[in-house]
Amino acid sequence: MRRRDPLARGGLLRRLPQAWRQPLAVTGAVLAVAWLVIALVAPVLAPHDPLAQDLPRLAAPGPGHWFGTDQLGRDILSRVMYGARVSIPLTLLLVALSVLIGGLLGACAGYFGRWVDETIMRVADLVFAFPTVILAMVVAAALGASLTNAVLAVLVVAWPAYARVTRGLVLGVREREFVLSGRLLGFSVWRSLRVDVLPNVTGPVLVLATLDIGTALLLLSGLSFLGLGAKPPSPEWGAMVASGVEVFDSWWVATFPGLAILTVVLAFNFLGDTLRDALDPRTARAIKERAL
Amino acid sequence: MTLDIAGLKVTIGGKDILRGVDLRLEAGKVHGLAGESGSGKTMTGLAVLGLLPHGAKASGSITLGERDLLRLPPKELNRVRGGEVAMVFQDPATSLHPMLTIGTQLTEHMRHHLRLGKAEARERAIELLGKVRIPGPAEAYGRFPHQFSGGMRQRIAIAIALACSPKVLIADEPTTALDVTVQAGVLRLLRGLCDELGLAVLLVTHDLGVMSAVADEVSVMKDGLVVESGPRGRVLREPEHAYTRALLDSLPDTEVR
Amino acid sequence: MSETPEPAAGRSAAGSKEKGRVRHPLARFLVRRVLLAVLMAWGITLVTFVLTNLVPGDPVAANLGQRALGDPAIVAQWRADHGLDKPLWQQYLLHLQGLVQGDLGTSQQSHRPVSQDLAEYVPATLELAGAAILVSLVLGVAFGVIAALRRDRLPDHTLRVLSLIGISVPTFWLALVAFYVFFYRLQLTPGSGRVDAALGAAPPVTGLATVDALLAGRWDIFTSAVGHLITPALVLALYTIGLLTRFTRSAVLEVLGQDYVRAARAKGLPGRTILFRYVLRSALVPVITVAGLAFGSLLSGTVLVEAIFAWPGIGQYAYKSATTLDLPAVMGVGLVVGVVYLVINLIVDVLYGVIDPRVRLQ
Repeated sequence: MRRRDPLARGGLLRRLPQAWRQPLAVTGAVLAVAWLVIALVAPVLAPHDPLAQDLPRLAAPGPGHWFGTDQLGRDILSRVMYGARVSIPLTLLLVALSVLIGGLLGACAGYFGRWVDETIMRVADLVFAFPTVILAMVVAAALGASLTNAVLAVLVVAWPAYARVTRGLVLGVREREFVLSGRLLGFSVWRSLRVDVLPNVTGPVLVLATLDIGTALLLLSGLSFLGLGAKPPSPEWGAMVASGVEVFDSWWVATFPGLAILTVVLAFNFLGDTLRDALDPRTARAIKERAL
Repeated sequence: MTLDIAGLKVTIGGKDILRGVDLRLEAGKVHGLAGESGSGKTMTGLAVLGLLPHGAKASGSITLGERDLLRLPPKELNRVRGGEVAMVFQDPATSLHPMLTIGTQLTEHMRHHLRLGKAEARERAIELLGKVRIPGPAEAYGRFPHQFSGGMRQRIAIAIALACSPKVLIADEPTTALDVTVQAGVLRLLRGLCDELGLAVLLVTHDLGVMSAVADEVSVMKDGLVVESGPRGRVLREPEHAYTRALLDSLPDTEVR
Repeated sequence: MSETPEPAAGRSAAGSKEKGRVRHPLARFLVRRVLLAVLMAWGITLVTFVLTNLVPGDPVAANLGQRALGDPAIVAQWRADHGLDKPLWQQYLLHLQGLVQGDLGTSQQSHRPVSQDLAEYVPATLELAGAAILVSLVLGVAFGVIAALRRDRLPDHTLRVLSLIGISVPTFWLALVAFYVFFYRLQLTPGSGRVDAALGAAPPVTGLATVDALLAGRWDIFTSAVGHLITPALVLALYTIGLLTRFTRSAVLEVLGQDYVRAARAKGLPGRTILFRYVLRSALVPVITVAGLAFGSLLSGTVLVEAIFAWPGIGQYAYKSATTLDLPAVMGVGLVVGVVYLVINLIVDVLYGVIDPRVRLQ
């Protein structure tokens, strides 16, 4: 059973159909789906083995190697495709974890209040006190350079934002009548949280998460670029851009992986932006009126 | 100077908000415009000053003296706003800018419309504050809206509206956001100013009790049309339209005389 | 816009003027904020110390060669040399003591005092980040206002797409692309460093190449410095411009819907007055917060960008220290960055108090 906030302007699902008609959302969705497909079928689609070093080195884009080859003779197109299998699932996992951990901590902070709230928020403030990349970099370096550790580092930096947002939302919902009535009916704290509070908090958090996928990918590939993430010969996009730095006159080595990052981030940003508009009651009405 | 609204129609996004409103404001008289939410009474007031929401289309005529306000070019309309027709909004907590002193908000349009110098405008502003009975007008001049109570903020809003000596004052639910104890004072102020300055006042409200206190003429609106209009005494005691009767019936007996 | 709209100086006190003592809310607000900032600064020293000392990585392993690691005597000596054998809280006190005296320890990579390293690198990054935030503010706010005023029309849609692209571009990649296109291919901008090597730098007064050049009256150095600054600053700024455009747009739209804007129009005020005095003043409040956060992201971005443009700043230094686990250096960087960020946020808070009188009561 899930009880809805009676004042919420209709569920997210109900408002999706109108949002889809926006060209931005369509572009984003198409791009995102395309990349997901590429990630799934890369082994079938890729013309070469991403780790094989059998092609001529630093060959310009052309037939046989449409994205060119790198300094070890590997096909960049195939590496970019396989890179999707590295970056995309990790990023999605990363965001999911941040939402879960941050959201849970934030919900607890908002719901229980007092010292729980204080401690969680102070820790969050501490994280906020440092610029993200620098903090992530320090954590990643301290943990040792590996993709897992890079993910952990980004997690450390990312959860506070969700904690703060969920806390605010929970605080807003907590005192509402339908929550209080649930408690009066004898709901345990956990049940109240699960059944009354959380479902009404997921909408905005979902929007935040979608927009955050792009940021997470940028951060993750940034760490790999710095050498603190994926280890060679893994075809991770950030690391590929890094390897393109020393041979920058062979522009294709760094350009295509970077474009890959750009398009994935763009796709999710387009989606998230339209989602956000769909959720905001004022713009949602405007979208509806235009659609009529 | 009279303000004549004739056949005013307003549509927003295909929906008819006003469907042919007729209204007349006369100098020295308070004209109450009653109706429920959604009847279009606020829109009527906004239409006079050209403040309808984005995407609204208006037709008909709103005549002030010899000019049709609906057909005035924007520059001219801007001169009318504040200078000849002024408006007081419902909630003074939001209609005054929180970050500007009330002195600034009192004098800026004075200096723009009347071309007054800084010192002159300040003097005039302090005088106005006195007129609307704000204690300590000289100190009040430099304070911010949040430093005043709701009732005083609304008086300040009235002072701002009167700053350039307009001939018409539109008051949109001026007392609705105020405590009941304060409402009477503001209404008395409005009535007093109307008599003293010979203003033509349009008092928009859903509260018939308010209207019975200060209005000379009363019009009742329903669904974008004026369904009844006439002198206050007659309309409130012997309503002709069923809707007016229904409105009156919904009031506790002691309210309307 | 004719004149400053309100009495900036000589603001009358909200409270009464007590006999002999004027309680000025703005002054009290400032004092409170500064004290809070000092407290936060102390907290930062604690945090940087804890973080850098409780991480799993062992600095010994990162700094000694393979053979040295095998010899316990050398390891022990190294530890003693770097104070790593004392209990943590003692190390922290020593650290604090050093800080107060301006001693941040010695960097393991450069073998110089960390404070010296920082003094050399921090201004370079500040110059870069400063230029970037300036450009971002001007362009971002302007674009945001235009998008809001032309809502749902072509300029709005274009700016929306452009700003979304802006926040989607990986900074490190853009740096490389810009380097390739503008330096290597088009030869429009100088490649690396802060000033033309042939010209040399102006006598360092502030550490900011541009300002120093101006102070020394050397136009040639100034133009060279600006030329070197443009590309990295713009690369850094792109993300922030996108961010600020989106944010300003929504902030302005929010304000445009407010009653007081409608009331201002009802007074017949000219459009420009309404825009600057009513709309921007309110809209800028949230924008300033975002700008403060954006500066943080700019500082972050320097880590990614400085290497490519050979910009001798904190970003490079931070990266090198982190990867070699040069603890004193990492702590120094963490401290400096944390404090700079703190100062920025303090400035933001103060600006709030200046712009919005309601805040001063808090």
